[in-house]
Order: sequence, then C-alpha cells, then structure tokens
Amino acid sequence: MPQALEGSQAIARAVALCRPQVVSAYPITPQTHIVENLARLVADGALACEFVSVESEHSAASVVLGAAAAGARAYTASASQGILLMSEVLYNIAGLRLPLVLTCANRALSAPLSIWNDQQDSMAVRDAGWIQLYCAGNQEAVDTTIQAFRIAQDTELPVMVCVDGFTLTHTLEPIEIPDQAAVDAFLPPLHFARALDPARPLSLGTLVSPEWFTEARHSQHGALLAAAADIEAADRDWAAATGRAWGGLLEVDGPQDARIGLLTLGSISGTMADARAASPDLPPVRLLRLRAFRPFPAAALQAACAGLETLVVLERALSPGGEGIVTAEVRAALYGREPAPAVRGFAVGLGGRDVPMAIYRRAVEAALAPGEGTFAILDVDPRRLPAEDRYPDLAPPAARGAEEEAT
Amino acid sequence: MIEVRIHGRGGQGNVAAAYLLAAAAIGEGWHALAFPAFGAERRGAPVAAFVRMDRRAFRRRDQVARPHFLIVQDAALLHVPGVLAGLRPEGGLLVNAAREPAGADLPPKRFAVPATRLAQEHLGRPVPNTVLLAVFLTLTGLLPVAALERAVAARFRGPVLEANKALIAAAAKLPPPGAWAVEETDAAGA
Repeated sequence: MPQALEGSQAIARAVALCRPQVVSAYPITPQTHIVENLARLVADGALACEFVSVESEHSAASVVLGAAAAGARAYTASASQGILLMSEVLYNIAGLRLPLVLTCANRALSAPLSIWNDQQDSMAVRDAGWIQLYCAGNQEAVDTTIQAFRIAQDTELPVMVCVDGFTLTHTLEPIEIPDQAAVDAFLPPLHFARALDPARPLSLGTLVSPEWFTEARHSQHGALLAAAADIEAADRDWAAATGRAWGGLLEVDGPQDARIGLLTLGSISGTMADARAASPDLPPVRLLRLRAFRPFPAAALQAACAGLETLVVLERALSPGGEGIVTAEVRAALYGREPAPAVRGFAVGLGGRDVPMAIYRRAVEAALAPGEGTFAILDVDPRRLPAEDRYPDLAPPAARGAEEEAT
Repeated sequence: MIEVRIHGRGGQGNVAAAYLLAAAAIGEGWHALAFPAFGAERRGAPVAAFVRMDRRAFRRRDQVARPHFLIVQDAALLHVPGVLAGLRPEGGLLVNAAREPAGADLPPKRFAVPATRLAQEHLGRPVPNTVLLAVFLTLTGLLPVAALERAVAARFRGPVLEANKALIAAAAKLPPPGAWAVEETDAAGA
C-alpha cells in the first residue's frame, strides 16, 4: 500500500531498512531532510546506528571512509558545494575500493549561488571512481538506495545515488516502503574481507610508487566496468522480490521503428514521457534513460540506438568551453559505429529552471532540423543578456530565431 | 488531472498545505504530487507550492503553469506580480480574507474565508492552511473532507489533532458545497 511521503523521508526510511551501522553527514540544502529524518530515527531508537555529527562534508566523508574500512555498513548524503568539499575524500574512498553508499541530492554549483536543482555536482565527481545511479522518481530512489547497498558490497565499490534536489527530495508522492523482511532477504549482512582488523594487521592508503600505481588504476577501472553486471543483477533480484525494476543500466521505452531517440537522466525523464503521450502529432520517439552513468553502459546504449537517425541528449550540466558532459560520452560511445545516429546535445534546467513538457517538442523539432549545431543550452533566452554576452552562434535554433526578431 | 497552486508567506505552512492536499488525495487512491515552487525560503517572503492530482498515474514533474485553482493564504499577495498568472479562465481563487476581494484582474469564480481568524479561535495559532483546504474540498467536491481529516491525523496527535478536526468541520460548513465542481481533464492537462 503506497504511503504519502516526502522523497527525503522515504529515502531516509530506505536507508534505515538497510541497517547502516554508521551514518555521518553535514546538512546542506536540499539534502537536509534526508539526514534530519535519519537522525530522528536514531534518536527515537528506531535505528540502531552510530550517527556522527560533523563540522563539514570533508569530515562526513572521512568518517564513513573510516567506518567502511573497519567493515561497517556506512552511509552519507550531500549536495552541491558539499560534494565538492568531499571530493578529495570521494576519490580516496573509491581508490581504496570501500563499499559505502552516498545520496547526492543534486544541486547546482556556485557561482552564481543557487540552491536549486541541476546535476553539475555529481558530474563534477564523475571521475572519482564511484558507481553513479540517477533516479527518475522517488519510488525508484527508495528502491535504488536499497539496491545500492547490495551493489556496494557485491562490488566493493562506493555507490552514489543521484536524486534531483527539490524535484525529488522535496516532493510528496505515493511511495511503497518495502518491509524489513524483504530488504533483509535481498541484502545480506556486510562481510568486508579487507576490513581493518587488529588480529590481521594491514595498511590502507599507503604511498604507492610508480611501480604499482598504474596497476591499481587498471584494476579500479576494470572493477568499475565489471560492476555493470552487479547493477543489473541487483535490479533483477529486486524486481523478483518486489515486482519493481528500473531498467538496470539504461531504460529503453519506445517503438522499434522510431527514427528519433531522446536520452535523459533523472527526474525530467517522466516529464518527457508524459509529453510524448500528449504529442501524438510528433513522429515516434524512443526514450532512453541513463540510469547508470558510471559505469557508462556503452554496449547497452549502442544496442538501444538501433535504427535511430538522430539521438537528442537532454542533460542538466555542461562543461563550459567544451560541451554537454553526457553528450560527449554518448557521442564517444557511438563514434565509428555504422550506422550510428547523429547526436544533438542540449543542456536544460540549469540552476532549477523548470523543464516543462514543451521542452519535449523543442527537442524533437531540433532532431528534425538537420545541420544545426551539436550542442546548446536549449532553454536559454539570450535576449536577456547584454548584446556582447549573447553569443548567438551558441544559442539553440529557436532562441536564435527570437534573437533575429528582437534585433 | 487537477492542478493547484498555493501561495503564502514563509512560515504560514504553505508546503504543509500542499502536502496535506496531496496526502488526502493519495489516501483516496489518487496519484498526486506536492512540491514547493522554487523561491526564497524565508519567513514572511512570498512562497508558492504546487499540487498535481489525477485518478490515473502520471509521471510529469514540471511546475504547475496553468492551475485550475489558486489558494492564497494572505490576501495582500493578490497584489504581488505573478500570483494570478496562468490561472485558467474558468479557474477558482480561494483567498484567506474577511471579505471577497474585488478587482478587474480577479477571476469571476472566487471565494473568501477568514481562515486566520478561525484558526486563531480553534488552535490559538494563526495558521490558515487547514481552514482553506477544508473550504477548498467543500467547494470543489474533489475529495471528501474526511480525507483531509485523515491526512491531518497522520501529522498530528492528541489535543492538536482534535482542535484541527473541529476547525476542519467548522470550515467545511462555510462555502456552498460543489459550487466549483469540475470535471477532470486529460492527463496532458490540456
């Protein structure tokens, strides 16, 4: 029976069902409600767990690093500047190959200061060596949080569960909270073979000479790629237990004969799906939702693009001076394959800008307009900028037309 | 699909109002989402929250641009630019005020209730949101008022809950039942 729950509250309950032994976090909007709810569960005696309040995100990450190294099931959550402050430790956690789970309540990065949602924060730590899973809704956030603890211990890698700030964390909706027995059956107790133990002394994180560093990276890279099978297995096993699956690495929804594809991550995916249903006048579109960004599911993406002439990527981040971060990776995964769709990338919804259903039509129209640029911020309005800041060549087609009308 | 936008000031329980309405709908088997608008979260600052509800499941998470109803917890906000924006021509405006507000820009379908005064009398606190929700449900008939009571009961206990129940019962008697009855539109919200 689904309950009316705020996303953050439901995520906190999912974490508690996974019986974490150590939680450490520093509050930051829009992550705050998640750790507030966990702190309350601990204070009420509903969750037997060491809750370590710290003075910064750097310390929160350090505490869970230590806890995981000691063999505890550990959890933290953060967002935005907090993720950046953690970043040094995030690389360490991944390099030490420690199993733990972090929720990133996705939020824009400063400057300009914004507390609202985009995905620049998790993208900024793309290369840290964490598994990254992006959720489209709060039921998926609950289920993925539970799956993440399983994936972490199956792979001995850290898992970042990315949920859009406010759009998911602060949204109340019907959510099914699984029962404890189902979670216990799915998630056996953590037995971390490399846990620090005075009876079997070993050192972690020591200086590594050039003689070994390369091999450590090679092994880490291989472990990340191999984690794809564990992500799929966790989703499959969870579906067997609850009837709910979330697409494993890449969710594909749409007709086999579609010539246009639309790839998204996170909470805009449902809006695009409803927009497609409401736009029967447009040509058929196959919706691709990247659930795993690390490991990057190149093979699944290649298979999902069969028959497509154009693939439009909508992402909530960019690499200024480069292009869309996801767009570039999608392009790379498809490069040199025959046939491969043309890839058109757009950033949308930066710093909390609403992504309305009308964006779907603009994305499809962009796919139908050949020869246009390869990347733009789709919902920018250059007319609001001084003339010297407009860069009309970089504006998306529709905004370019508006620019011409305005001048 | 029914879309509602709730305006208030930080500290008036604006998001709580949206959560209560959506929770009441979910309790009745609807699919519903409630979420805050993106704005400053300061006490006293104008804030807004959205509710989208449908008997069928939907997946969209964009903001509500064309609400069927506006619930305004502070009549002074009617003068704030954007508060009336996007309200459908046949849409209803429910205001926390002693008298029905007047103005050429206001929709014909409007109703005022002295929600702060009623709340002060019953709860001893100037929290207008449950009064407005009870009046809203009576006006629209979208959900039984008992659904709101159940949603409130999930949040409060003891004397506070009893006072809220009495408040809801009193508020629900004020408007003409079903005066704003609407038929659900399609899932696209068109």
